[in-house]
Amino acid sequence: MSDSTVVGLHHEEQHHPELLHHFAEPQQQRDAASLGMWIFLATEVMFFGGLFCAYLIYRRLYFGDFGAASSSIKAGLGAANTAVLICSSLTVVLAIWGAQIGRRSLMIGSLVLTMLFGLTFLGIKGVEYKEKFDEHHVPGASFSFDHVPIPGHPDQYANPRHAQIFFSLYFIMTGLHALHMIIGLGLFAWLLFMARKGRFTPEYYTPLDVGGLYWHFVDIVWIYLFPLLYLIDRHP
Amino acid sequence: MSMATTTVQPVERENYLNKEYGVGSWLLTTDHKRIALLYLISITFFFFIGGFFALLIRLELLTPASDLVQPDTYNKLFTMHGQVMVFFFLIPSIPAVLGNFLVPLMIGAKDLAFPRVNLLSWYLYIIGGVMMLHCMLTGGVDTGWTFYTPFSTAFSNTKVIEAGLAIFVAGFSSILTGLNFVVTIHRMRAPGMTWSRLPLFIWAHYATSIIQILGTPVIAITLVLVVAERALHLGIFDPKLGGDPLLFQHLFWFYSHPAVYIMILPSMGVVTEIIACFARKRIFGYSFIALSSIAIAVFGFLVWAHHMFVAGISVYAALVFSLLSYAVAVPSAVKVFNWTATLYKGSIHYDAPMLYAFGFIGLFTMGGLTGLFLAALGIDVHVTDTYFVIAHFHYIMVGGALMGYLGGMHFWWPKISGKLYPEGWARLAALIVFIGFNLTFFPQFVLGYLGMPRRYADYSHMPEFQVLNVLSTAGATVLGVGYLLPMLYFLWSMRYGKPAPDNPWNAAGLEWMTSSPPTTFNFEKEPIVTWEAYNYDELDRAHKEEVKVVG
Repeated sequence: MSDSTVVGLHHEEQHHPELLHHFAEPQQQRDAASLGMWIFLATEVMFFGGLFCAYLIYRRLYFGDFGAASSSIKAGLGAANTAVLICSSLTVVLAIWGAQIGRRSLMIGSLVLTMLFGLTFLGIKGVEYKEKFDEHHVPGASFSFDHVPIPGHPDQYANPRHAQIFFSLYFIMTGLHALHMIIGLGLFAWLLFMARKGRFTPEYYTPLDVGGLYWHFVDIVWIYLFPLLYLIDRHP
Repeated sequence: MSMATTTVQPVERENYLNKEYGVGSWLLTTDHKRIALLYLISITFFFFIGGFFALLIRLELLTPASDLVQPDTYNKLFTMHGQVMVFFFLIPSIPAVLGNFLVPLMIGAKDLAFPRVNLLSWYLYIIGGVMMLHCMLTGGVDTGWTFYTPFSTAFSNTKVIEAGLAIFVAGFSSILTGLNFVVTIHRMRAPGMTWSRLPLFIWAHYATSIIQILGTPVIAITLVLVVAERALHLGIFDPKLGGDPLLFQHLFWFYSHPAVYIMILPSMGVVTEIIACFARKRIFGYSFIALSSIAIAVFGFLVWAHHMFVAGISVYAALVFSLLSYAVAVPSAVKVFNWTATLYKGSIHYDAPMLYAFGFIGLFTMGGLTGLFLAALGIDVHVTDTYFVIAHFHYIMVGGALMGYLGGMHFWWPKISGKLYPEGWARLAALIVFIGFNLTFFPQFVLGYLGMPRRYADYSHMPEFQVLNVLSTAGATVLGVGYLLPMLYFLWSMRYGKPAPDNPWNAAGLEWMTSSPPTTFNFEKEPIVTWEAYNYDELDRAHKEEVKVVG
């Protein structure tokens, strides 16, 4: 067999339009994309893991001070955000299901709802940040946390320096989480654009699948952040 | 077909180098082989910058007094030498150049799983590199490459934030390379290329990628905390504000110890390929070498606190970390014994790549054994922060990782460039590197054991150390010549070298079964693998009858 026929055969193969040249078949491409996202999420676990580690160490070291600082953030808003994110995960799954069964309106509607839930989350987070800013709980020159009693020990005041470490970690952790939400919104805007162009079919919806994994991961980070930051040793 | 072969001036076959020309075809390429060359150029650039700092350090230490540079400048020199060499040369060196080029070729794939992510990783490296260059040109950093707090966050008046961000960005390039390799090795292997048929270079890169994926994010978040703390005075790592500097050290070394294995594991993979080829033997103990790579990656994550024995960790923690540090020596020793056993009764050829592999085995063994000295609590207390430590990790990172990189560059240069390098010069350079290296760093073991501390510009109260320092500086000069030579003759060979045949070493492995240099999609048609790795006995059987056994 001469070289030219080999090349010719190669080009005559029936390729799915979304199949990239270096993959042999669509299944391989799907598996690669999905494994790639899972590994990326593993790196994200380690990225947040460093912060969780630092937080837990100080949480144990300065238990009362962190309790006082933690009680000053509103658990109700945090709980509302948790509910919002759980709903958004549902709509992500519905969007993928819509693609799988070929119901375009379900897919597009669910994508829009997901983005609305994401924006709601960021809005509520913004309200929380605004409150902390007004109360001078943002670390820095104007930080003040004087004469705040430690929960369960009304006669003791929290150490403002230790409270400042709490708020430092609070803002870095929730801030990085919010950054991931913003990136997720950008990702979903792109998915919505692709969906409206009709690129996703029951045979090909890998980007939705992979984008969905990312969104669920960002939700899960919040599911851990919420009890750690808001609920430990909380006194009404 | 026959017409083409009979023409006097053969037309150069189309390959990845001559397929397209122009800057755009390089800067926007998604071909893993072209990206490997982009990396090769960039890391060579940073290698010479890091080397320049090393040269200034060695010149300063030629005399006991601090007379060439001020102590403050000296602090910046060793800091930037470390940061450039670690983050911008050693960590990307073998994975991003040889790994990028060879991983798809060795497993019979057309490209990495995510070619555009691969290009993105090079751009992230370049962005990080430009930030680092800007930082160095506008004042530099003096914290030591380790960024120890609270000096880096509260006291240093140099460009800590910029250096931290540069390394943060470059870290993502490393993460993406690792991610790409793992997915590629899992999903892109050619039919018949089972896990037990993979070249050990691939196993080494798989283990390396695990570390890049799981370790690098931790240094990333640590640098975020350092930058935030320095910019906003948060106090997370500042004892004055209730923070804990030890936490920083834990987080830093959680990445930065395994980072040593990011440097050495790919080098071990290179050496394994070279030794099997130039001993003309199937590698001894394939599965042990493969699994020892994974074992090093796993154990490597459990030994970080041996950098902190004198930093105030509990003595029980120190005992455990000391023991675990001994454990990580076991898989490393497994490799050395397997290489030696492969050489036994092999028909050994002393070509330049093999000289580097021999150098690697000797120097890595010395570096590894002195690592055990340092893992022993009593000795570590005596030699912490002395030149003994410097000598130890240079034996691993330069004697090990860099020797492997140079060996691999020689071994695969015919495949990469399609040209043969001048063998005589290459053997000479390998010898010069080996001699220069030992002359530079062996005196530092002695210096350290006698008590010369690291990071001092001035040792005029200990003038008796000068002789050993002069030896070391002389060695560094020899070493510098040894590093310049390969760069010169590689460049020379690109224009004047003899065209390389497809398989100049008669080596096993899929990368040698395609043309030199390969075409853009690597193989004319997808290879189907029906043989084990390192089937040198089969490769050489054809020639066996011709060889007359004497004696």
